[in-house]
Amino acid sequence: MLNRFMQSRLRGLMVLALILIIIPAFLSNPFHYELATQIAIIGATVVGLNLLVGFAGQISLGHAGFFGLGAYFTGIATGTYGWPSVPALLVGAIVVGIIAWVVGRPILRLKGHYLSMATLAVGFIIAIILNNERAITGGPDGMPVPAFEVFGWELSSFGTYSLFGLEISGVQAWYMFASGVLLLAVWFALNLIESPIGRALRSVHGSEVAASVVGVDTAKYKSLVFVISAIYASLMGGLYAHFQGFITPAVASFEFSILFITMVVLGGMGSTFGVILGAVVLKLLPQVLADFQELETVMFGLILMLTMIFMPKGLLPTLTAAVSKRLRKKTGGKA
Amino acid sequence: MLAEFLQYLFTGITIGATYALIALGFTLIYNASHVINFAQGEFLMIGGMATVSLTAMGVPMAVAVVLAVILAGVLGIALQRLAIAPAKQADVVTLIIITIGASIFIRGIAQLVWGKQYHVMQNFSTSEPIQVFGAVLNSQSLWVLGVGAVMVVALVLFFTKTLIGKAILATSMNKDAARLVGIRTQMVLMLAFMVSALLGSVAGIVVAPITFTSYDIGIILGLKGFVAAAIGGLGSGVGAVVGGLALGIVEAMTAGYISSDYKDAVAFSMILLVLFFMPRGLFGAKIVERV
Amino acid sequence: MTALVEVKGLDKAFGGVHAVEGVSFAVEAGQVYSVIGPNGAGKTTLFNLITGLYIPTKGEILLNGESTAKLEPNQLAERGMCRTFQQMQICMNMTAIENVMLGRHLQLKSSLFTTLFRLPALRRGEEAAYKRAADLMEYVGCGEYVGAEASAMSYGALKRLEVARALAAEPKVILLDEPAAGLNATETAALEDLIRKIADQGITVMLVEHDMKLVMGISDRLLVLNYGRVLAEGTPAEIRQNPDVIAAYLGG
Repeated sequence: MLNRFMQSRLRGLMVLALILIIIPAFLSNPFHYELATQIAIIGATVVGLNLLVGFAGQISLGHAGFFGLGAYFTGIATGTYGWPSVPALLVGAIVVGIIAWVVGRPILRLKGHYLSMATLAVGFIIAIILNNERAITGGPDGMPVPAFEVFGWELSSFGTYSLFGLEISGVQAWYMFASGVLLLAVWFALNLIESPIGRALRSVHGSEVAASVVGVDTAKYKSLVFVISAIYASLMGGLYAHFQGFITPAVASFEFSILFITMVVLGGMGSTFGVILGAVVLKLLPQVLADFQELETVMFGLILMLTMIFMPKGLLPTLTAAVSKRLRKKTGGKA
Repeated sequence: MLAEFLQYLFTGITIGATYALIALGFTLIYNASHVINFAQGEFLMIGGMATVSLTAMGVPMAVAVVLAVILAGVLGIALQRLAIAPAKQADVVTLIIITIGASIFIRGIAQLVWGKQYHVMQNFSTSEPIQVFGAVLNSQSLWVLGVGAVMVVALVLFFTKTLIGKAILATSMNKDAARLVGIRTQMVLMLAFMVSALLGSVAGIVVAPITFTSYDIGIILGLKGFVAAAIGGLGSGVGAVVGGLALGIVEAMTAGYISSDYKDAVAFSMILLVLFFMPRGLFGAKIVERV
Repeated sequence: MTALVEVKGLDKAFGGVHAVEGVSFAVEAGQVYSVIGPNGAGKTTLFNLITGLYIPTKGEILLNGESTAKLEPNQLAERGMCRTFQQMQICMNMTAIENVMLGRHLQLKSSLFTTLFRLPALRRGEEAAYKRAADLMEYVGCGEYVGAEASAMSYGALKRLEVARALAAEPKVILLDEPAAGLNATETAALEDLIRKIADQGITVMLVEHDMKLVMGISDRLLVLNYGRVLAEGTPAEIRQNPDVIAAYLGG
């Protein structure tokens, strides 16, 4: 029992790794790789957001603010000041973590819609600053970001690299890198959830009073998970900036925040693999709907609405529930 | 000095009155169903756009306004019936995403029908600006304030004098008890969405000559309304009006005296500040948690 | 010897209405101490005050001689106080055993680093916590649910699960708020055995309960509340003969 309980997490991680390895077989051009890489980076972001929203039950409608801060910190540190990438990402994450802690303390006392309002406001304020401090950020026109580099070795979408004698393109190399990052992000998230800290986080969602009477300092844990999810967003924002090579304040926008939270809710709150599916669906849907041209927005809204009405628990939890129900019927007993 | 100040004040009160109407719409729906309707701004957009295009087709202004308001009302009912009611067991966040989906959908349709460009609406009456102590007052501002005041008074009367209004209030206080005394709560929810849509569309129509209108104005206006409602305290009608006016005035003063680039940042800082010190807004109800 | 829990002149008003008024009493370590009284007498309010969920309007509560006025519920838990709820507070987003493991929170201190990399120390702690939680579920009598989701459990089993969670925290004093509510006769008898077992371990038990037979059978002392005030205090035998109690319960 105990072993099965502990191992189910690693099985999921292995399935994800397998999928990430198989995916290139279906990618036929650089644009596909670009999309896949973006999905991996954004997927890792929402895995972090899900810790806050899905597990600790705290709403954030401003998470793109932290993503954008991470992106701009990296862009400015590497571009304007010539820092190497890794220190830029790490220092950026620390700075964003501190900001999240400072604003998180008072904000997280709020509940429900007031919390969503406050997080929305934080996201907006960050986006407005990025838009208006033209001297530093380039304003609405955005700014270029140098390629990711470690000790002089550059990872650029336009480069070519060799891996075990095989020649691969820059976007392919980026895809592999981003896949590794996603796996790591998922592994950390799974480790966190299945731990005393993770239980404390989930208990804040399940019953805040119950948590407090067994000794959980709920305010501390809410701040902690807020900071962790902000650090996830900051790091991924930094990578996103490197990968894209150019960023605009759109990365910190309300629309982006909504996109993130929608990925979490659509994929399945509290399901680490579900939210990745959410990221996949919401990044691919516009590509598919692009064929419908001016109907794109209408269809997107409609699909979003219908999915949430008929699958309020999200895609993956609903699908797994349906599959296990079917299996139970087949075996004729309770599995 | 005075002229400048008055000028900003007029601008602030005008836009603030619009925010107040949107916030009242939020409040109404929040009270009846505890849903924050992110599609609230789309009612404004529909009101403004429908009026513009109807008058362009030669329909007299008054008729166009009535038709636009009816259209928004129908939309409000449809939103409740088709999107909110089927998802009654859903989480708070899930409901938020549903209303966001609805707003994207409505925006998409508006884009199909009216295109992406800005539309201009004529002032309701003479376009001659009015001079007050050196400040210039757009005649349309008077319309916004007048109509806003009429709407607020009408709402107060609706809730205190009519049976339907009282039923909505009762449902917002205790749904089960309301059902026990024979109030059809589903009907009440529908009405709340409809009235909220009416309010929104009226606000959208009166403000359209000042701000112009396009398929995507609903996003930011809706958000400002949400900010105003939260400042005032969700669920409080007085709070919505005070919050709306306060937000409008602060925005206009910031734009005038500090920087127009940062006027939205000030609005959002204001909401943070209010919530830091008053976690349920200025007029929000205190809730004692039962365990 | 100082009392484990001491309440002095406690007052709690909700907008002018006094739910608890001028209540004083002391609970010695090792006792089973029950609070009884009609509905609305202020019993749950009293428990909420003692466990730090409500802030008193007036008066003082001492835990082991220390004033609890500035302490949050989680800090009271650190000092050995734990409770269950009349309106059960179970985390339905977790499995049954995770709810009990949550009770081990204070015993399981692990750093973020250890957690993120799932180092062996964490795994050992988790395995021990799992075993302890499983034993406790067995102990309170819901052992068959070790592998179940909390949402799949029956009402009676959930009530026991709450007790197991509280015990997991290794409390000095445990407050049970109407543990027998909604239980049938057999379940109530089993609960009585359980409370005795807990008391025999040396854990002080405070109990809010309506079931007179249960309360009179297991309590060392009783506090009778009526309209927020103390009507009587004493041993079961004293309470049984107290004319005020008889009047309140029988005459009204």
